[in-house]
Amino acid sequence: MATEFHNLQDMQHTASLVTKVFIQRDYSEGTVCRFQTKFPAELDNRIERALLEQTVKTLNSYYVEAEKVGGQSYLEGCLACATAYIVFLCMETRYEKVLKKISGYIQEQNEKIYAPRGLLLTDPIERGMRVLEISVFEDRGSSGSSPSSSMSSCSTAR
Amino acid sequence: MSAVMITRKVRKWEKLPGKNTFCCDGRVMMARQKGIFYLTLFLIIGTCSLFFAFECPYLAVHLSPAIPVFAVLLFLFVMAMLLRTSFSDPGVLPRALPEEANFIEMEIEAANGNVPSGQRAPPRIRNVQINNQIVKLKYCYTCKIFRPPRASHCSICDNCVDRFDHHCPWVGNCVGKRNYRYFYLFTLTLSLLTIYIFAFNIVHVVMRSVDQGFLNTLKETPGTVLEVLVCFFTLWSMVGLTGFHTYLISLNQTTNEDIKGSWSGKNRGQNPYSHKNIIKNCCEVLCGPTYPSVLDRRGLMQEDSPAAANSEGPCSFDNPVAQTTKTTAPLIPNEHTPDDVKLSIAAEKSSGPKDDQPPAAMLPPLASPETDAETSIAKNQ
Repeated sequence: MATEFHNLQDMQHTASLVTKVFIQRDYSEGTVCRFQTKFPAELDNRIERALLEQTVKTLNSYYVEAEKVGGQSYLEGCLACATAYIVFLCMETRYEKVLKKISGYIQEQNEKIYAPRGLLLTDPIERGMRVLEISVFEDRGSSGSSPSSSMSSCSTAR
Repeated sequence: MSAVMITRKVRKWEKLPGKNTFCCDGRVMMARQKGIFYLTLFLIIGTCSLFFAFECPYLAVHLSPAIPVFAVLLFLFVMAMLLRTSFSDPGVLPRALPEEANFIEMEIEAANGNVPSGQRAPPRIRNVQINNQIVKLKYCYTCKIFRPPRASHCSICDNCVDRFDHHCPWVGNCVGKRNYRYFYLFTLTLSLLTIYIFAFNIVHVVMRSVDQGFLNTLKETPGTVLEVLVCFFTLWSMVGLTGFHTYLISLNQTTNEDIKGSWSGKNRGQNPYSHKNIIKNCCEVLCGPTYPSVLDRRGLMQEDSPAAANSEGPCSFDNPVAQTTKTTAPLIPNEHTPDDVKLSIAAEKSSGPKDDQPPAAMLPPLASPETDAETSIAKNQ
C-alpha cells in the first residue's frame, strides 16, 4: 500500500494529496507547546510508530528549550526592558533561534524519512502552533484499488 | 484566451480574516476603532509638552537639571511601551484551514454519535487535565478551533487571542500573551510619570509662589492648572489599574479569568497555571520568553493560477498541496453514510465547481475512537 517516492521534489510532481492527518496539542502540562505522541490510526500502514514518535518527541524537546523560563530568558528580558525593547529590532530572540532550528529539523525529517513514504510534515508555526499537520500523498500514476485512492483521483486537490 | 497575469505581490495580512487594521505593509496591527487611542496619545504628549514648556525651565535652574532629563527618559519609555502594546500582535490564533476544520468536525461527529433530528447537538467541549485540574476547552464557531486553555475570542477584533486578558480601547488593541508585559509596563511607568509630573507641578507652584505670589505664578505658567487637572484624574485610575494588574500577575491570572470568576470563590486556590509562588508567577509573566507571532503578516500569498480566466479541467494543477482552498462548508459524511454515497459526494464536488471555486480538498477519513481526544483522555485517566 505504501507508495515509494525518492525525494520531496519527486513527490510534489507526481503525487496527489489524499488526506491530511492532524496531531493535536497536548495540554496536560499547561500551556507550554507540546504535541501528543499518540500515533494516529490513519498512518498505520504508512510509517513506523517509532519514527513518528521520535520526531514528535524531538519537536517537543525543542519547544521546551524555547519556552524555558530560566537564566537566559531573565537576562534577555531585563536587557530588553532596559532598552525599552528597542534591542529586539537588531537582536533575534531565543525563541526565534529555536524556531529556525525546528524548521531545519522538519525539513531534514521530510527529506530523509517522510517524503520516501509519501508523507509531508508541515511546520506547526504555519498552523498557529495548534496542530502538526501530516499530508498523506498517493502516487498519481498508480491505479488505486481501494475507494479512498479512487476518490483522490476524482477530486484532485490543488 | 490566455489570461493576463497581473503579478502584484499580495502579502498575507491583506487576506487575514478578523477586524484588525494593518499599517506599514503589515508591520503594525491594531483594532478597528482607534479614536480612544489617539486621545491617549494626545493626553500623554500634550501634558508632557506643557510640563517641558512651563515647569522644566524653572526647575532645571532652581532645583536640578536632572529633573527634566529624568522626565524625558520616563516619557520616552512610556511612549515606547504604549506603541509596542498598540502595534504588536497580541497573540492572535489563526483560523483553521478547511481541512483542519473538517477533521475537527469529524472528531466531534464521532464523539457525539447520531443526534436524532430535532434535538440540539450537545455543546462542543473538550476536557483536558492540567496539573490535576479539569479545564474545559470550548469550541470557537468563528475560528473553527477548540480554543487552547486561557485563549478567548475577542468580539471587537473578531479573533481568538491566546492568554486573552482584555480588549483595551485606550491602547487600541487586545491585550494578550504577546503584549501583556508591555501593557503592564505601560501602566506602571505611566503611573510613575503622572506622579512625577503632579509632584513637580506642586513643587514648582510652591517655589514660585514664595517668590511671586500664587496668582502671578498661575499667570506665568497657565499650563500648570491643566496639567494638575489631567494628572489628578489620571493618577487614581492608573495607580488603581497598575495595582490590579500586579495582583493578577502575582496570582498568574488574566483579567478575563478574574471577571468570569474561574479561579475565585469556590474554585479559589485551584488555578492550575499558578506556581503558588508570587516571585515565580511574576517572573513567568514579566521575564518569560518572548513569543513570536504565529500570524505571518508580511509573508507573500501563494499566487493563485488565473482560475477565473480559463475553465479547463481542474486536474491540470501542478501543486498538489492545498494551501488556500476556498471551500464552503462541505457536506460531512459520518459513520452511517454508505460508501457509494461518499463516492458520489466527492464526484459531485469535483464535477460541479464554479469558475472561481477550486474543487474541495479530500475529506479526511472518519476519526476512529483512538484519535478522538476526549475518549483518549478518558482512557488515560
